[in-house]
Amino acid sequence: MNAKVTLMRSAAETALIDRFPAVRARLPGLPVERELAHAKIAASGLPTRRVEAWKYTDLRSAMREAAPLADRPNAAETALALKGHSPLAGRGVVTVSFVNGHHVGADGVVPSGVSVVSLAEALTVGHPLLSRIGTLQLASGDVAMSLNTAFMTDGAIIHVARHVDVAGPIALRFVTAGPTAVATAARVLMVVEEGAKVTLVESHEGQGALAHQPNTVVEIIAADDAAVHHVRVGLNSAGAVALSTLTADLGARSSLTSVNVALTGAVTRHQVFARFSGGDARAQINGATLLSGAQHADSTLVVEHAAEPGGESRELFRTIIDDEAAGVFQGKIIVQPHAQKTDGRMASNAVLLSDGAAMYNKPELEIFADDVACAHGATCGALDDELLFYLMSRGISKAEAEALMIESFVGASIDFIDDEPIRDILHGLVKDWLQARAARLDAGKVV
Amino acid sequence: MLEIRNLHVKIADEDKVILNGLNLKVRKGEIAAIMGPNGSGKSTLSYVIAGKQDYEVTAGEILLDGVDILTMEPDERAAAGLFLAFQYPMEIPGVATMTFLKAAMNAQRKQRGEVELTTPEFIRRVNTAADLLGIPKDMLRRPLNVGFSGGEKKRMEILQMTLLEPKMSIMDETDSGLDIDALKIVAEGVNARRDPEHAFLVITHYQRLLDYIKPDTVHVMSRGQIVKTGGPELALELEANGYRDYQSAA
Repeated sequence: MNAKVTLMRSAAETALIDRFPAVRARLPGLPVERELAHAKIAASGLPTRRVEAWKYTDLRSAMREAAPLADRPNAAETALALKGHSPLAGRGVVTVSFVNGHHVGADGVVPSGVSVVSLAEALTVGHPLLSRIGTLQLASGDVAMSLNTAFMTDGAIIHVARHVDVAGPIALRFVTAGPTAVATAARVLMVVEEGAKVTLVESHEGQGALAHQPNTVVEIIAADDAAVHHVRVGLNSAGAVALSTLTADLGARSSLTSVNVALTGAVTRHQVFARFSGGDARAQINGATLLSGAQHADSTLVVEHAAEPGGESRELFRTIIDDEAAGVFQGKIIVQPHAQKTDGRMASNAVLLSDGAAMYNKPELEIFADDVACAHGATCGALDDELLFYLMSRGISKAEAEALMIESFVGASIDFIDDEPIRDILHGLVKDWLQARAARLDAGKVV
Repeated sequence: MLEIRNLHVKIADEDKVILNGLNLKVRKGEIAAIMGPNGSGKSTLSYVIAGKQDYEVTAGEILLDGVDILTMEPDERAAAGLFLAFQYPMEIPGVATMTFLKAAMNAQRKQRGEVELTTPEFIRRVNTAADLLGIPKDMLRRPLNVGFSGGEKKRMEILQMTLLEPKMSIMDETDSGLDIDALKIVAEGVNARRDPEHAFLVITHYQRLLDYIKPDTVHVMSRGQIVKTGGPELALELEANGYRDYQSAA
């Protein structure tokens, strides 16, 4: 017997679906794309664990209420939101800030060969790159993408001209703030032309415990021989249900290094969709996640090798889980029939620091070509006793030895970042996390 | 300095007995060698002295300067002046050797109630010791033991020993995997610390190391016990005749 199960729409689903007609008129541009995205959400609703791609992160139950879509902040609200400490402050040659999904200005100097325009402005003037938003088919069925496309309020279009080696990092600062929880939808497109080199760093920030619902999408299109370094730091508000997506469309011989450091937020999901559209591209996609309390953090990635030679993809995700927190890694490598010589290797390693900690690993390979080398590995365990003994035999206390081991464990992911000051900042964030853990241990909250 | 009385040890959660009533004394200023066939319990002895968790001491005592160290954690034993040079030193990706050395040196100082080293003093000490052991500076900036050859790892153990200034050092088959040049450097590191205040327990399978580190005493270990004790000539005898005579002695 086949029974079609139709779930009742949750309050959040109803609110999201009903919201669209109400706010559509004040959302800038791309009406057709928005309508299509909205239709997808109306048809599917928010994903539950019955949806394979969201098996371990039940968005429908995590997002019980749909927070209202944030309005453009006024000058005072903007100033207040930007006042907080930004982890990557001063690292960008130019820092483009977004408050509640709205472009609120840029600090620094846009390097030569680079142009940055707000998405709202791009939509008003009919920017030539608008047609390249949302073009990665690999990500088109994703709910977070659809939600962002339907409701995107603002964002930026960044263009890096051919063969430009951008002098320093371009920084994007996404701040979610306000007296009550809000939903945001910022969208950034970065087109890196042939042979250009650029570093893009993102910080996602939110103070306090409010259950903000940021949903950010960054799309990177790298032309042939382009090289992109990407760093993302997730420091959302403690109660946040935060979605973020990185898409990458990689041309021939181009390269992408992406490191995501996920630290705060109640329920967070960072997704990467990377397509090797040109032959012989390379990607190193990493994650370092540190969780405590009742946090839930999901790293989901899909890498598609779709050209010959298939290129080289490497993924290294390291997760540290304390208390009752839960980590999720879903990684899928797809090798299309003609993508011969693909070399893909994916690893997810988790360390559970407490009995209540949980990790869900789901590595997948879908290989349709016959001349490929692909591997995946997922491990989950406690800290290595042998190494702990080695460190303690040198006089280092158990607590300090564990901290060194945790730093070393997630450091393996972080150390792929070339930019030393940024790497140091990320190591510093890990140290902050370890200090907070030490304080919890001292307070006897963790046994 | 180190006194082991009637030590009985088994693997935790198993019935397998490894040390079976072992007695050993190492005096201040002495270099004692323990030789023995594979499986005689040599490495277990070194781990138990250093405080590894995988073993259960069912009887006996280990005294360091008259104090029973069996109830101490490994870090407390280190602070009390004990050092174990590992047969297989561990790799720690992502932690620079300098960072590790500073953490270890200051942790011990803290346990002993001494003030932390200033950075210039720390660097001066590391550089002096590294020069002595022929350790290039760039190795100190790399993650500890990651990508190091067997010889480099052993040299790094000796560097740690030199910097941590233990009174009692145990060398667990430090000669394994070393070429002759590395062996000489390691031996020089030990000999440089040879004085009336320090003691060494050198565990080895072969006599070769003892050509460079001249022991005062040689003990033969078999089936979890010391079965014979003698002078340096005992090592030569073992080299000539093998362990055959001692396999059934215990």
